[in-house]
Amino acid sequence: MLEIKDLHASVGVTPILKGIDLNVHAGEVHAIMGPNGSGKSTLAQVLAGRDTYTVTGGQVLFEGKDLLDMAPEERAHAGVFLAFQYPVEIPGVSNAYFLKAGLNAIRKSRGLEELDAIDFLALVREKMKLLEMDEALLHRPVNEGFSGGEKKRNEIFQMAVLDPRLAVLDETDSGLDIDALKIVANGVNALRRKDRAMIVVTHYQRLLEYIVPDFVHVLYDGRLVRSGGKELALELERRGYSWIEEEAAAAPGARK
Amino acid sequence: MTTSTDSIEELANREYKYGFVTEVEAETIPRGLDEEVIRTISRKKNEPDFMLEWRLKAYGHWLGMTEPRWPNVKYGPIDYQNIIYYSAPKPKKKLESLDEIDPEVLKTFEKLGISLEEQKRLSGVAVDAVFDSVSVATTFKEKLAELGIIFCSFSEAVQTHPELVRRYLGSVVPLTDNFFATLNSAVFSDGSFCYVPKGVRCPMELSTYFRINSADTGQFERTLIIADEGSYVSYLEGCTAPRRDTNQLHAAVVELVALDNATIKYSTVQNWYPGDKDGKGGIYNFVTKRGACRGVRSKISWTQVETGSAITWKYPSCILQGQDSIGEFYSVALTNNFQQADTGTKMIHIGKNTRSTIVSKGISAGRGQNTYRGLVKILKGAEGARNYSQCDSLLLGDRCGAHTFPYIEVKNPTARVEHEASTSKIGEDQLFYCKQRGISAEDAVSMIVNGFCKEVFRELPMEFAVEAQKLLGISLEGSVG
Repeated sequence: MLEIKDLHASVGVTPILKGIDLNVHAGEVHAIMGPNGSGKSTLAQVLAGRDTYTVTGGQVLFEGKDLLDMAPEERAHAGVFLAFQYPVEIPGVSNAYFLKAGLNAIRKSRGLEELDAIDFLALVREKMKLLEMDEALLHRPVNEGFSGGEKKRNEIFQMAVLDPRLAVLDETDSGLDIDALKIVANGVNALRRKDRAMIVVTHYQRLLEYIVPDFVHVLYDGRLVRSGGKELALELERRGYSWIEEEAAAAPGARK
Repeated sequence: MTTSTDSIEELANREYKYGFVTEVEAETIPRGLDEEVIRTISRKKNEPDFMLEWRLKAYGHWLGMTEPRWPNVKYGPIDYQNIIYYSAPKPKKKLESLDEIDPEVLKTFEKLGISLEEQKRLSGVAVDAVFDSVSVATTFKEKLAELGIIFCSFSEAVQTHPELVRRYLGSVVPLTDNFFATLNSAVFSDGSFCYVPKGVRCPMELSTYFRINSADTGQFERTLIIADEGSYVSYLEGCTAPRRDTNQLHAAVVELVALDNATIKYSTVQNWYPGDKDGKGGIYNFVTKRGACRGVRSKISWTQVETGSAITWKYPSCILQGQDSIGEFYSVALTNNFQQADTGTKMIHIGKNTRSTIVSKGISAGRGQNTYRGLVKILKGAEGARNYSQCDSLLLGDRCGAHTFPYIEVKNPTARVEHEASTSKIGEDQLFYCKQRGISAEDAVSMIVNGFCKEVFRELPMEFAVEAQKLLGISLEGSVG
């Protein structure tokens, strides 16, 4: 579904991603772990098309198409979803209005009929249950005055409604207490499907206890330096990131 | 960042949608202004002596006045001798129905999407359409007349209800008020007049669409609305003008009078030609709008959405004389390209327990400059007066400007005055968030801006709110990529 080949990206003149290779197939959940500043969020944002980052090399194919050639909204239309680490507030625009605009834009791009208010509400009510969300949140301005937990839940709720093919969850666990984390994780798990892939970006192993990944990759200094199964996450938890750093430093071709 | 700037340039080039000229025979007098011109206007309109005297008095006063220079706007000198002060479509005969109106005129209205027929049939809005300077059609008059409501062109009111005109004209905006209002008093061509009698609630929104059509025609509208004791009226004013290369001056005066327990709601959507993307052309909109809450518990509420004009200079104000009277001002002002707006309000608290609310939303895009200027004045006798002001500015791009000049004068220690102000930028974050959810940049900007203006839009009557949202979308197209 997603093929990342030798991806390089930078902010201004500072290189952040220095050659990422990753294949993600439908139905798989990949976790990307790494210390702060390793480039995890950059990777997530580059996949979604954020223009703060300049892609300086490599290729990303999404279902055979050149993802990097697509505008952010086109990527959304194609089925790429990013759950933001810091969901953005939009004063005066209700959550429901915002989501309906997004959903209908996506449907329109696929030649589907736009949902009217009644069908939309029915769909939304069903998905809210998944995240144990209060319906009042629908009518509040997008993320405005939401608690940290509500914001993250709202992201996964949006994902449930927009029904993406590839979901990238950027530090969805940050700022969540254990109860909220469980609710969010249950929501995500309910959305796991054979025809859907997920990339879960996280600093801590904690989230992966609830969202169990098929693969774990360690991102360090802009490269995926190690890949494995879910046990790799446990090893990281036990040993921290320092051994990865040492290993990476010793590896041929590493920065001096 | 560069991509968004490119798109600003590219999309801001959108043509003004209402830029066309209607070919109708117009009766015009030569350019220039002197006493004879004023006499001619008055004669052509067959006015009673008191009107001519009033005009001449204003003219005499105007000669000794100078153009105000304090607004935060820049424009070249206006040649007042190069303006045509009277222009009217040649009268054919008295009009009984829409069928008799010049089809060209009707076509113009259709292009504007405000076909009178349509409005008449579908929306139940009574329209007093002002085409250039003379009213060409007044609808629903009969129905209103049954309730004793007088809604007609100003010229007609001068003929049919001179006593009301004489009593209230200039009672809120005196003929010596300011340079542009005084000029208007001398030369005003036409406008709308409305009187709602005691205890009557006007059952429909009264609406005037007027547009500037003849080349180089100065437009001097005069509107007077009187709500007698216990009455209610909601008045809608909307404007579009065809494109012109030379700047056109528009100096209107609106006076509102609310007596005991009366309410006047006055809503404006203004989208006059703002000039092209290089700042050439466009309307100078120098308007004096003021309402007097004369009676106890009277209320005047101004709502305005200003998206047009090269320069906007207007401060719809309330004089809160009556005890417990209420003044409100809700405003959205948008400036794009080279547009300049210096707008706001004045709330003058005279009576006890008077209250006022000001909500101003300024949006600047392109190289637009947007200034809020507001005065809250609490006089000595205004025991227990309260004011709440909120001024928010939204910036799109980095070449525009937002300025706020709040003036607060409090002479009574029991008064409570609150002022809140904020300035924000449409963030790359917000745009990216919307796009990631599948929403195009243009829709996203329009959504964010509409969200920003929500508190004002909800004050507008339904049909106007929809139009205002659309206008905002059109006016902003291309302001962010």
